Amino acid sequence: MLEFMEGSHAVAEIVKRCRPQVIAAYPITPQTHIVEDLAQMVANCEIDAEYITVESEFSALSACLGASAAGSRVYSATTSQGLALMFEVCFNAAGMRQPIVMTIANRSLGAPLSIWNDQQDSISLRDSGWLQFYAEDNQETADLHMIAYKVCEDHDILLPAFVCFDGFILTHTFEPVALPTQEEVDAYLPAFNPYQRLDAANPLSLGMYATPEYYMEFRYEVDRAMQRAKQAFVKAGREFGEQFDRDYSALVEGYRLEDADTALVAMGSICGTAKDAIDEMREHGRKVGLLKIRTYRPFPAPEIADALKGVSTVAVLDKNISLGNGGAVGTEVKAALYGSGISVYDYIIALGGRDVRKRDIAAVVDLAEKGKGDIFYGLRTEVL
Amino acid sequence: MAEVEEGCELFSAGHRACGGCGPALAARLLLKATGKNAILVASTGCMEVFSTPYPETAWGVPWIHSLFENAAAVASGIEASLKRQGRSEKVLCVCGDGATFDIGVLCISGAFERGHDITYICYDNEAYMNTGIQRSGATPYGASTTTSPAGKCSLGNLHKKKDMPAILAAHGAPYVATASIAYPNDFVKKVERAINTPGPCYIQVHTPCCTGWGFEAGETLNMAKLAIETGLWVNYELVDGVVEKAKKVRRKPVEEYLEKQKRFRHLFKPARQDDMIASIQAVADANAERFGIDIKRKESSE
Repeated sequence: MLEFMEGSHAVAEIVKRCRPQVIAAYPITPQTHIVEDLAQMVANCEIDAEYITVESEFSALSACLGASAAGSRVYSATTSQGLALMFEVCFNAAGMRQPIVMTIANRSLGAPLSIWNDQQDSISLRDSGWLQFYAEDNQETADLHMIAYKVCEDHDILLPAFVCFDGFILTHTFEPVALPTQEEVDAYLPAFNPYQRLDAANPLSLGMYATPEYYMEFRYEVDRAMQRAKQAFVKAGREFGEQFDRDYSALVEGYRLEDADTALVAMGSICGTAKDAIDEMREHGRKVGLLKIRTYRPFPAPEIADALKGVSTVAVLDKNISLGNGGAVGTEVKAALYGSGISVYDYIIALGGRDVRKRDIAAVVDLAEKGKGDIFYGLRTEVL
Repeated sequence: MAEVEEGCELFSAGHRACGGCGPALAARLLLKATGKNAILVASTGCMEVFSTPYPETAWGVPWIHSLFENAAAVASGIEASLKRQGRSEKVLCVCGDGATFDIGVLCISGAFERGHDITYICYDNEAYMNTGIQRSGATPYGASTTTSPAGKCSLGNLHKKKDMPAILAAHGAPYVATASIAYPNDFVKKVERAINTPGPCYIQVHTPCCTGWGFEAGETLNMAKLAIETGLWVNYELVDGVVEKAKKVRRKPVEEYLEKQKRFRHLFKPARQDDMIASIQAVADANAERFGIDIKRKESSE
């Protein structure tokens, strides 16, 4: 049954049904509504969890790490500066193979201070060992949380995951969302079964240091788990589709790509705008399509190359900037298409919450088809 | 003292600490107090490094190390998880003075304010020893370290030791104590009391470092004892913020402690620094006054 609700509330409702046993979070805009809703659910005994009101995001993720290591399913949510403060713990949690699920309400990073949306925060953690899933709308955001727990807790994976959705654009937007019942979620997501845990009956040492004789193999193992996560995601997405009729078995998803000459590539809510813009352009005979990247880590390079093999031009919309080297997604898409002969152009767009409309998407397509790219789109030159 | 199988130490020999390591002795005593039903959270530092080079571990109880500064936050999560699962293990942090006095204060403050049922043990060797003897907030006044070196125009560390026990007592900690490896039974009893006191408890145990302080490896316990006997270290307990007990001594002049350590050598050679020595004596005198540790005539030692 579809219900009309705020994106943050949909996240809180689905997290509740995923039955985390320990929640640790620190408030930060635009993540606050999620953790407020969860706090109220704990206060109302609607959710059987310990809720730790930590003094910083750094401690939020540290507490999640400890609780996970002790054998509990855990949850946190953050964004932007909060995620930056967690940087050290992010690498640590992945290296220690803790299956933590954390929502990222994507927001830009200061300076200058900005509370508005782009994807610089999570993309800056791309090398941390966290799986990264990006949602287009609030339904997909909610659904990806269930899939994330299933993939992370798979004993062949054991990695943490970000479920990313755009700050304000989705977090504070009301949309119709179909929320599965508790029984349905329980049928999809089994109770947490830790691979190992801190336990006096079976004492283990976790988080030991590694000399040069061992360190590289630990990193290799994390990378192997990342690679295996592709198949695990496909499987979890297919099972989700079988149960709920919404299929997430694809790491990348094409929209009107079959006969397209030009393809946009994007992640997150901008895909919705792009689809509408593509429909309009199609009405004018333009052969344009979209490739949406759902899993940024692991990065689906072969899947991207396969999906785009029929197009001649690619325009990547990057809501981030790797300062000094263009957009992060564009750089990786170019690498994925290396040697294909396809022209790939990158567009830094919508940083710090700047609005993107259908006409902007059409303008990007025009630029790409004229061979003009690798630029910031929509700069206000009068204030430079 | 918790029951330990005969001939079996929960903190195993064969680890990589220096001969004469004070913190290694503290670790061994600590596990004698906790027994097997404990989960330990370590900070990055000497003890973490010398006890757990992968794939070897010296710890016979569950042990976790995450980062330098987050042990109290990790312990908060573990405690919450155990509570949810209805488990009985005691959760302890075991962290050095740098992790405790400096970089970890945020996490410690949060954990103590929230009232988690954890015991935080700071093994205090009064500087960053793992990285090569740099000063921390626990380094005593006048000590030369590699980042507070004595030189032509410096007499070493000119900041007084931070009063962490008072800071944690001010958080409402029900039990705060200082201890010394020179008095092992006292340390063990304090750990037992802390882990059996609900809420966040703190124990700061003085653990001389022969390498960092500059004395012979066989002198570790003597050095710890001299710190007590000069009044530069006081063993006391704060129960609900009030001093319940402090170990009384017939105090010796601080020089007897200082002159035996390389970190204070600049106070005696090439020229004797009377003013500085007097300032350090004043620290001991203030400790004696505050905790009432001086044994008066006709009063017997505790």
